[in-house]
Amino acid sequence: MRLNPRFTDKFIRGALLFQALFTVSILVFIVFIVFIKGAANITPEFIFSYPEDMGRHGGIFPAILGTVFLAVLSIALATPLGVGTAIYLTEYTKESTLTRVIRFGVESLAGIPSIIYGLFGFIFFVIKLKLGWSLISGTLTIMIMVLPTIIRTAEEAIKAVPRNLRIVSFSLGATKWETVTKVVLPSAAPGILTGIMLSVGRAVSETAAVIFTMGSSLRLPTSLLDSGRTMAVHFYILAREGISLEKAYATALVLVVSILLINIAAYYTMNKMIGRYS
Amino acid sequence: MKANWYSRFFGREQLIKWLLVVAAFSSLLFLFIIFAFILGEGLPLFYKVGVIKIIFGFTWAPTKGFFGIFPMIVSSYMVTLGALIFGAPLALGCATYLSEYASRRTKLFLKPALELLAGIPSVVYGFLGVVYIVPLIREYLGGPGFSILATSAVLGIMILPTIISISFDSLMSVPPTYREASIAMGATKWQTICNVVLPAARSGILASFILGMGRAVGETMAVIMVAGNALRIPMSLLDPLRTLTSNIALELAYAAGDHRSALFSTGVVLLIIIMILNFVANFWVKRKVTG
Amino acid sequence: MDVKVAIRQLRVLFSKKEVLKGIDLDIFRNKISGLMGPAASGKSTLISVINKMVSFEDGVTMTGSVLLDGEDIINGDIDEVGLRKRIGTVFATPIPLPRSIFENIAYGPRLNKNYSRPDLYTLVEESLRKAFLWDEVKDRLQESAMKLSGGQQQRLCLARTLALKPEIILLDEPCSGLDPISTAKIEEALSELKDQHTIILVSNNTKQIARATDFVAFFYLGELIEFGPTDKVFTTPAARMTEDYIQGKFG
Repeated sequence: MRLNPRFTDKFIRGALLFQALFTVSILVFIVFIVFIKGAANITPEFIFSYPEDMGRHGGIFPAILGTVFLAVLSIALATPLGVGTAIYLTEYTKESTLTRVIRFGVESLAGIPSIIYGLFGFIFFVIKLKLGWSLISGTLTIMIMVLPTIIRTAEEAIKAVPRNLRIVSFSLGATKWETVTKVVLPSAAPGILTGIMLSVGRAVSETAAVIFTMGSSLRLPTSLLDSGRTMAVHFYILAREGISLEKAYATALVLVVSILLINIAAYYTMNKMIGRYS
Repeated sequence: MKANWYSRFFGREQLIKWLLVVAAFSSLLFLFIIFAFILGEGLPLFYKVGVIKIIFGFTWAPTKGFFGIFPMIVSSYMVTLGALIFGAPLALGCATYLSEYASRRTKLFLKPALELLAGIPSVVYGFLGVVYIVPLIREYLGGPGFSILATSAVLGIMILPTIISISFDSLMSVPPTYREASIAMGATKWQTICNVVLPAARSGILASFILGMGRAVGETMAVIMVAGNALRIPMSLLDPLRTLTSNIALELAYAAGDHRSALFSTGVVLLIIIMILNFVANFWVKRKVTG
Repeated sequence: MDVKVAIRQLRVLFSKKEVLKGIDLDIFRNKISGLMGPAASGKSTLISVINKMVSFEDGVTMTGSVLLDGEDIINGDIDEVGLRKRIGTVFATPIPLPRSIFENIAYGPRLNKNYSRPDLYTLVEESLRKAFLWDEVKDRLQESAMKLSGGQQQRLCLARTLALKPEIILLDEPCSGLDPISTAKIEEALSELKDQHTIILVSNNTKQIARATDFVAFFYLGELIEFGPTDKVFTTPAARMTEDYIQGKFG
């Protein structure tokens, strides 16, 4: 039996649409369920108080701050390195074996799974450098993890800046660095910022690499050598040890909302800054 | 007006250039020390105990001197394949719809949604898997629920964004003239997609599958939560298992001596598998343009 | 008459391809010198040699010398950045920086020193007046420069170079694609500017060359065919090729 091709066409369209909707509905389901089950427990108390009884009661304040510290510090370190690399590769060299080797290095770093970063951070920062399970160990590990993302997005953003603008800048007597800082980077800023925000999202949701470097202490880290938790780590422990289903959902909600806000902020910044300059 | 030799080499511009060089080489430096330390901690055990005993050993009892990770290699392999079976058709269908049928507005709306899906932490996926998928399997299909099936399902969902976005890019980069020519010859849209567009985007799509596999094989947290942590080779879809990644994550905190080295050896095996997958994927992607 | 720029035996090769074949040319101070000729004659290349931006191309070799006030700028160690502050360039397509009109003009001067706000404002106004653009934009200096019309943008680019008070102004086909009114304004600006600056104008519009320049050099495929005062070259050209070109028989 030969199916009428026009009928097949419509059928296929429906099937594909179904698949697309199904995929989206998974996202919706996740956000939805986390919201519903977790919202009840989101009180100001939850956000601002300390966990009690291993997290069965109380709040997640130290975990929230731990996440913020980790994300901010690792991005603060990774950004100059990453943007610097991108600037070097695009503005200061032509394509050569050297640039290919560096790019290969960056791509390889990007492909390493987080558990390996966890292993590495553990043996190198925690053990060999004797930094122990600490904020600094976690920060340095996450810094290396997000570096490829920042380099990639920065490079793309810088390359997208029209060549003409550089020519004008040079013709007005600017040096290479002046051209980079006053013309190229401001134009590339939206793209670079998006990359930074994506990396923040990554740092926030990372677990395997964090738990073996920053540790899982319930205390608030007040110095670089203190251990602490991020929300993702706290959530993992709550869920796996079966400590509290409700608190787990609530933590998940804060996590997901944070990621949502970061993504929205990224899009908003990107669009707003593009508008401002053109 | 003459520039002097001094400012050429030590002037501000030069200094900045050297700083940027250092920044650029930092990536290579980090890559080097990561490999150095992982291999440094993991390789010695291969020499000490023997590669065969580790990679093909069936028993994992590190405190007693048994470092066999073969069941975990098999398990990793099986859930990765399972993830692909679950995720690839769905992802490809979604990508095809997005690229061939969706309007501009839909595309604009769905791309951020996809990125959001990709941004959800893996622990959340694992958690929801434990709460919803595992009991479902236990109830209707039997077994403990923690199984290849559960893990494949969760991983399959997790690799959707990877496959969708790369396949989508691949499909979008097929020149419109290909489609136009096919339609002009009287083919329907689906025939066009089947016979012209998909084959043209083949390299990129395959690359996305391989990258998806890489993501699945490297996933740790979600797997720990739904796989069940059994040390035997799983014989059925409903059997629990332990993958290479969960092996490392479950024991690293309290391992010492040879036990710890064995975990690094597991890491070495994992790293090699992933590097191979990434290498193959990149190779396919480079062919994307010519394909 | 003073020679501002003396070009001697200048040969320029792009990856072994000869683009300028041994040019000897004098550019006179405070005069407008025109470079005319069909496409790919080397006129733009000569401009990029003078402002030292030719080094951005790949595989460039140069022989000969270019003397600016007696100093050779292509042999030996020359501070390119400093040189370019003395030479202003206006390109064929207007390239405003994606910022306000004020910021565009202020960009160059700010690189050199910290100006106080009132000083900067005076400088911007002065430059815009000389480029015949002040009246049209004086009320909207903070607006984006991208909103200006093509002719306005090009005058903005001229004003931008003027803010650096350059000794030499190079213009590479600045009016291609501009309407006649903008073209006229730019030509008028140039005629007033020559008292303070040495100007080189590249154009493949022979009528513009005839109108706006004091001296003209005719280039063809990298060779300098003829050079002399504009009036003389246009009424009694020495070379047959020059005559043909002026009459529009080719190019």
